[in-house]
Amino acid sequence: MVTSSGSPPDWQVNAAGRSKVIGAWLSVWRSRELIGFFALRDIRVLYKQAALGVLWVLLQPVATVVIFTLVFSRLANIDSQGIPYPLFALVGMVVWSYFSVATVRGSDVLVSNPQLVTKVSFPRIAAPAAAMLPPLVDMAVSLALVAVLFLYYGVSPTWRVLAAPACILLVVLAAFGTTLWLSALNVRYRDVQHAVGPLMQLWLFASPVAYPASLFEGWHALVYALNPMAGLLSIARWSLLGTPWPGWPAVVSLITLLAVLGTGLLYFTRTERSFADVI
Amino acid sequence: MDVVQVEHVSKKYLLGERLNARESLNAAAARVFRRRQRVGGELWSLRDVSFTLRDGESLGIVGRNGAGKSTILKILAGITAPTIGESRTRGRVAALLEVGTGFHPELTGRENIFLNGAILGMSRQDIKRRFEQIVDFSGVERFLDTPVKRYSSGMYLRLAFAVAAHLEPDVLVVDEILAVGDAEFQRKCIGRMEEAEQEGRTLIFVSHDLGTLSKLCMRSLWLESGAVRDAGETPTIVRDYLASGLFSTLGTTPLASAVAALYGVRVVPEGADANSVLMPGDRLLIEVDFEVTDPVPGLDLAIIVTAEGGTRVLDELVSDSGIGRLARGAFRATLAVPPLFNIGEFSVGVWFGTSHEDFLYEPAAATFSLHGSDMGRPERLLNLNLPIAVERLNGA
Repeated sequence: MVTSSGSPPDWQVNAAGRSKVIGAWLSVWRSRELIGFFALRDIRVLYKQAALGVLWVLLQPVATVVIFTLVFSRLANIDSQGIPYPLFALVGMVVWSYFSVATVRGSDVLVSNPQLVTKVSFPRIAAPAAAMLPPLVDMAVSLALVAVLFLYYGVSPTWRVLAAPACILLVVLAAFGTTLWLSALNVRYRDVQHAVGPLMQLWLFASPVAYPASLFEGWHALVYALNPMAGLLSIARWSLLGTPWPGWPAVVSLITLLAVLGTGLLYFTRTERSFADVI
Repeated sequence: MDVVQVEHVSKKYLLGERLNARESLNAAAARVFRRRQRVGGELWSLRDVSFTLRDGESLGIVGRNGAGKSTILKILAGITAPTIGESRTRGRVAALLEVGTGFHPELTGRENIFLNGAILGMSRQDIKRRFEQIVDFSGVERFLDTPVKRYSSGMYLRLAFAVAAHLEPDVLVVDEILAVGDAEFQRKCIGRMEEAEQEGRTLIFVSHDLGTLSKLCMRSLWLESGAVRDAGETPTIVRDYLASGLFSTLGTTPLASAVAALYGVRVVPEGADANSVLMPGDRLLIEVDFEVTDPVPGLDLAIIVTAEGGTRVLDELVSDSGIGRLARGAFRATLAVPPLFNIGEFSVGVWFGTSHEDFLYEPAAATFSLHGSDMGRPERLLNLNLPIAVERLNGA
């Protein structure tokens, strides 16, 4: 806090040019309270009006899993790595839903509040960062359903469940990296708004949600793992369901995740100072 | 000690900058083939603006719409970056460019205080410490747990201003926020800003309310088309600014058309010094100097007065006054307007044409402002004070 006594505070300079990327991580940390308030606002608003609240959260993954079970398990007879298919698909769907909802909401967060961008100077990165948090509540609710299926099928988790928080953190980072790109692009090109829905639709089928990534072998598996969600979904199932460790493809996915996150931060910080001018 | 230094700041906006992907792909393709191609025009919102402020000083900024007042505030607040030059501030800067930005209608007053405080850069501890003061100032304690969508607009404004007013910044930047709200709200806001000044904070204030500006600010800056036209003691700047407002906004070159040319438009109060402030009670003379170069049959001249919101309140034709065909030569047309209007900004437009052809139309050939009291009815456009008859209905 700045006080009027003591040595004068430093100059804050506003000149042409770009903000620094390292500053972006710092400002995520410094504006953690603001991020918290943004997230709290969204959670409150989401649940205040919806009378059925939690049921809506479960409806989408459950409906999708039912359809996947009919199509992929019954008709196509997909191998689910020795796990009961509904449980296999639900774990995939829980992770995917988080990624998809967080990314869709996050990409919209700047353009849906233009006054906030043009009338207030707050760390811009706080807005997309905050959008990553409310879907975690949905995820927690869905994980309770996973626990119910565990009991139903008599599957017991192993010590690998301890890795689940780290795995969730990676999924959050993947969504954050994608969101940084899409939210900043959306400020300049509103086409992004229309593209996000179809993109997520395609991405869902390009990711091992309804089927295992182990369908791909050899170098195919490595190319397939360029999709960061491919590796993350395999790791999530490894942790929760005890399926085999995905191996090198997981490493490839982690590298692309870092690349998306790094370039996302770079693009966001390079463009954020012009947001107020072009939004 | 200096707390604000603005050095040679210029700001360029590209007009029509918001492209969709197809347009920018086209533009990129055009660049490949044609080297340089400009998309849309560009607009210099600020040109080489410089000033410094020491701690505890206050600066007023005056200028017409589009003079760059908001842009300089946005640069000081760090919302947008200058194209050229540098702006430096020391300590915490709080910018109040709009009241209630970031309020969410579904959240309660209490929730919004914390959310808005955080958006404006206060920590949770800061907000907790000032919570009582904020609630006191806003006077909404009974409705703290009611969603703000159920607040009256007055309550909403008071709460929003209360949060911002308790930021305790080193530099307080305030845009035209007093234009909204009732007299009581305005009095409170001004009181709070005076307090801030007494506490030694630096204040930068933009307003069309020149009375308040004179009260709050020792020095003023007059912006015109993005450049500093004059800077100095507030009384001098305000006097010169008002005097300039009475004259035409047209340049020295006449606006010419095929049949007539417009030389100038001015608005003067009847029977008073041309440099005095215009008040709602004044009878105004709108003078239009023009020349007819080709007296086509049916040529007519209209003088149009438009209110701030774009409402056309007057539209008078020369032919309505029984004046026949306009002959070749130079003339001055004078329209006498009785005291009609409430306070506000008005623009004077001039039109030349016939019943089936427009030759020249300048919607804002001049502007004028009426200053003074709105008698507690800011929304009213006309001060007609029409009588209302009241008669008892039941036989009692």
